[in-house]
Amino acid sequence: MTEYGFFIDPSRCIGCQSCVNACAECETHRGYPMIHVDFIDRRNTIDTVPMVCMHCDKPTCAEVCPADAIKKNEDGVVQSSLKPRCIGCSNCVLACPFGVPKMMSELEQMMKCDMCYDRTSSGKRPMCATVCPSQALAYVPMEQILRERREKPANLFFFGNEPVRTKVFMMVPPDVDAMSIDVLDYMWEPCR
Amino acid sequence: MRRVNSKSESLWSEEFAVEAAAEQYVSRRQFSKFLVLTSMGMFAGQIWILVKNWFRPTTVYKEKPVALISEIGIGEVKLFSYPEPADACIMIRTAADHYVAYSQKCTHLSCAVYYEKEANRLECPCHEGYFSVSDGSVLQGPPPRPLPTVVLKREGDNLIATGIKL
Repeated sequence: MTEYGFFIDPSRCIGCQSCVNACAECETHRGYPMIHVDFIDRRNTIDTVPMVCMHCDKPTCAEVCPADAIKKNEDGVVQSSLKPRCIGCSNCVLACPFGVPKMMSELEQMMKCDMCYDRTSSGKRPMCATVCPSQALAYVPMEQILRERREKPANLFFFGNEPVRTKVFMMVPPDVDAMSIDVLDYMWEPCR
Repeated sequence: MRRVNSKSESLWSEEFAVEAAAEQYVSRRQFSKFLVLTSMGMFAGQIWILVKNWFRPTTVYKEKPVALISEIGIGEVKLFSYPEPADACIMIRTAADHYVAYSQKCTHLSCAVYYEKEANRLECPCHEGYFSVSDGSVLQGPPPRPLPTVVLKREGDNLIATGIKL
């Protein structure tokens, strides 16, 4: 079987919210999308970025979980919290460098994107990737993405000095190998 | 049990593994083994305590004159210490020819008990534990055991403590 990869290309996102609505259709969390489509800088641009779980090699959410509720499967997919264990403390929500986990207050449980595990584990594509009209979210074999796209897939992020390698790829300019993210710089706002 | 993490990783990250496959479940056999072994350990411990008890030397109390009969009026109290100077005791003359003595330490949290004449009982002011004057038993309150009784003997005009009955 061909190994499929998940690729995010923010430059292709048109902010149509199809992925959000497709995600909310899911049986396991109907009405609550697990995907984020965020405006980057709404004041100046209409650019949007879709954000699914990046499925880190060493998931910070699972490492900070005091209840041992978040587990990574053999195929590298980090699952939603286990209902009998999750205590709803939101540690994972605060710890995730990508801001992915969502605290479901009504359920007192954290839920997050699990790459549509029910679908991908049986050879189907995740909901968001099937509906994305511009394929900003793409679930295709690696050879195909290398063949069809100008951008390069990368899965190494640096948050300060902390390297984070992920299962999901971000499409980056061809001359970039790793994305370095200065969190403090993003948080900084000039005084008005 | 499969161990995915390398040895260089800390113990907590091994015990609370992120990978679902590395989770260490306790099997039924392991659990029953644990139960059997701990209860056997408890049983052996009990036997050991029992054997140790058999060989424990019995405490020998020295006789000690603690009061003169003329000192105490009926319904009055004398404080003394027995068997060691630090062990406070209380003696009560309940009738013309009847004396009782108890350790003054409340069996709850070791506050000093006193004699309440109107109610004719020993009272502990800390948590309102009441003891009977006739035999030191608990009448009310948190104390779990009766007060230890000081065994008294009369020799002429002297009252002599001869031992402590727990």
